[in-house]
Amino acid sequence: MASIADILAVHKDREGPLLPILHDVQKAFGHVSEDAMREIAGALNLTRAEVYGVVSFYHDFRKEAEARPVLKLCRAEACKARGVEALVPIADNQSRVKVEAVYCLGLCAVGPSAMVGDTVYARLDDAKFKMILEAM
Amino acid sequence: MTVRISDDAVAIACGADEVAAAFIAAGVAVERVSSWGMQWLEPLVDIDGVGYGPVSVDQVADIINGKVPSLGRIADHPFIATQTRLTFARAGKTRPLSLDDYYASQGWLGLAKAREMGAEATIDTVITSGLRGRGGAGFPAGIKWQTVARADGAQKYIVCNADEGDSATFADRMVMEGDPFMLIEGMAIAGFAVGANKGYVYIRSEYPHAIAKMEAAIKLSAHLVAPFVVEVRVGAGAYVCGEETSLLNSLEGKRGEVRAKPPLPALEGLFGKPTAVNNVLTLAALPWILTHGGDAYAAFGAGRSRGTMPIQIAGNVKHGGLYEVAFGITLGELVNDIGGGTASGRPVRCVQVGGPLGAYLPPAQFHLPLDYEAFAAADALVGHAGITVFDDTVDMAKMARFAMEFCAIESCGKCTPCRLGSTRGVETIDQIIAGKNVEANLALIADLSETMKFGSLCALGGFTPYPVMSAIKHFPEDFR
Ligand SMILES: Cc1cc2nc3c(=O)[nH]c(=O)nc-3n(C[C@H](O)[C@H](O)[C@H](O)COP(=O)(O)O)c2cc1C
Ligand code: SF4
Ligand code: FES
Repeated sequence: MASIADILAVHKDREGPLLPILHDVQKAFGHVSEDAMREIAGALNLTRAEVYGVVSFYHDFRKEAEARPVLKLCRAEACKARGVEALVPIADNQSRVKVEAVYCLGLCAVGPSAMVGDTVYARLDDAKFKMILEAM
Repeated sequence: MTVRISDDAVAIACGADEVAAAFIAAGVAVERVSSWGMQWLEPLVDIDGVGYGPVSVDQVADIINGKVPSLGRIADHPFIATQTRLTFARAGKTRPLSLDDYYASQGWLGLAKAREMGAEATIDTVITSGLRGRGGAGFPAGIKWQTVARADGAQKYIVCNADEGDSATFADRMVMEGDPFMLIEGMAIAGFAVGANKGYVYIRSEYPHAIAKMEAAIKLSAHLVAPFVVEVRVGAGAYVCGEETSLLNSLEGKRGEVRAKPPLPALEGLFGKPTAVNNVLTLAALPWILTHGGDAYAAFGAGRSRGTMPIQIAGNVKHGGLYEVAFGITLGELVNDIGGGTASGRPVRCVQVGGPLGAYLPPAQFHLPLDYEAFAAADALVGHAGITVFDDTVDMAKMARFAMEFCAIESCGKCTPCRLGSTRGVETIDQIIAGKNVEANLALIADLSETMKFGSLCALGGFTPYPVMSAIKHFPEDFR
């Protein structure tokens, strides 16, 4: 597994390196820890507070790792029009998978839609949604 | 027999990979191509131009044996035959990462033409075409580039806005996943025109397929666009980063807070350098315009909205997908004739045009032609031309609440009316839904909307009142 130092070495000399670095750290460790923020800040000549400000601004970066598998369920307008809200109780009635809201996956004519990692799902109904959750 | 199946995210989400694998297992070669954009038919299987869909794995053997009725020739399908596909001319026909396919379908001609006629003539061609920014604001593209071209400075940038956060929009995604070289060619033309040697594509992280295709296409075509260099940058799940100055902050590695204008990004943009920020569709229109001429493009359209618009028909609609047509088509034609009404079979109650900041419109407004000025006059937004269709089960009070909630979640926090007003808006609509002090609370929402409209730095806070107030205006019965 890549260390923070490895990740920094890859991106440090790019223009505007902070987001690419944070993406790689998030991917490698599942979160951006306090220590990681300090190390990144040191390497980029930023304060810890500046890095923290960026990490906390963006929904993609977590300050703490999520132990459960994560499914992103689209709750935006077009998926609402296609009935996603009816699936929400299914998500609420289980706790093994963390079901997070996302606002649009670009699959708006074939919703309700969801994403797990880079895998996309469309035309969800009760049965299909339950099956995906159970397989995670 | 040539079997073509799309490998775009919609097709894959609907099971295209499994269907393709089943054909291959049966000994049939499969070409993975871009999507035709008839999304209700995905996975759509194209066998020598004849369509089948939506196809499931268990139908594959019967299709090969000619036992499944076809949809007829795909190119003759009314959904396709009635379109004017300039930007989406290759959709369904070419392999996204095949340079051979791209060359064979007029690829790189626009860039060659630009280089031949020179930077100034390239900008003049775009001005003649009447092309306006497709990201929402509809600013004339040629004028923006003129400003960047004339700005002082050796280092200039092209930034392609591929943040596409609006619900009901996916045309940018389809360009990147289906025809990435076209976008790269468009960026190279823009770079040549304004004197920029570097271009960034800022793609939202919710689009992993688009990111992968763009990265691969950039590598494959680097020698063709040199000395222009293109690089992908990935967003991090913030809707507001689609706003151009927030996007620039994000590219610089900062919080995605909106910057006050002036200075215009065209003069002081990325890292303080002159920068043209343009939507994917704006840049993707360039190869066609340069190849065929500005007049040819301007010959399409209505009023001051020239050319074609790739419209995205989504939500509860029977025939959802990508429909590229000249400006001027009416909303009713799009929803009822082309979209075929709702998928549920129930009556259409309303549509939202222009994403989460766009107005809700009832069927009584379906005479509106798709045209920036006509929509603005009706207090509505063309935006990125996404249309969400709702049937009569929709609760408009809930949709109005969601508009406020979305603004609260995505606000960059810089202006008080947006940051606090939206939260207050959610609480107030909750009271209305609970039947408490309804008239007084509706008056409060109207006040709050005025404050947000006039006290917000960008359209997130400034336009959230449109969906809210249009819902109250057109569907008062849902609030009382
Ligand atoms: C909250 C907000 C979100 C936006 N999101 C996008 C977007 O996702 N894509 C886009 O191209 N423009 C978006 N815009 C518009 C951009 O600020 C800008 O006008 C556009 O990128 C300019 O390119 P164009 O002239 O080619 O349209 C957004 C604006 C606001 C206020
Ligand atoms: S209106 Fe909202 S999103 Fe826009 S700058 Fe102000 S606080 Fe940020
Ligand atoms: S609204 Fe759900 S995918 Fe676009």
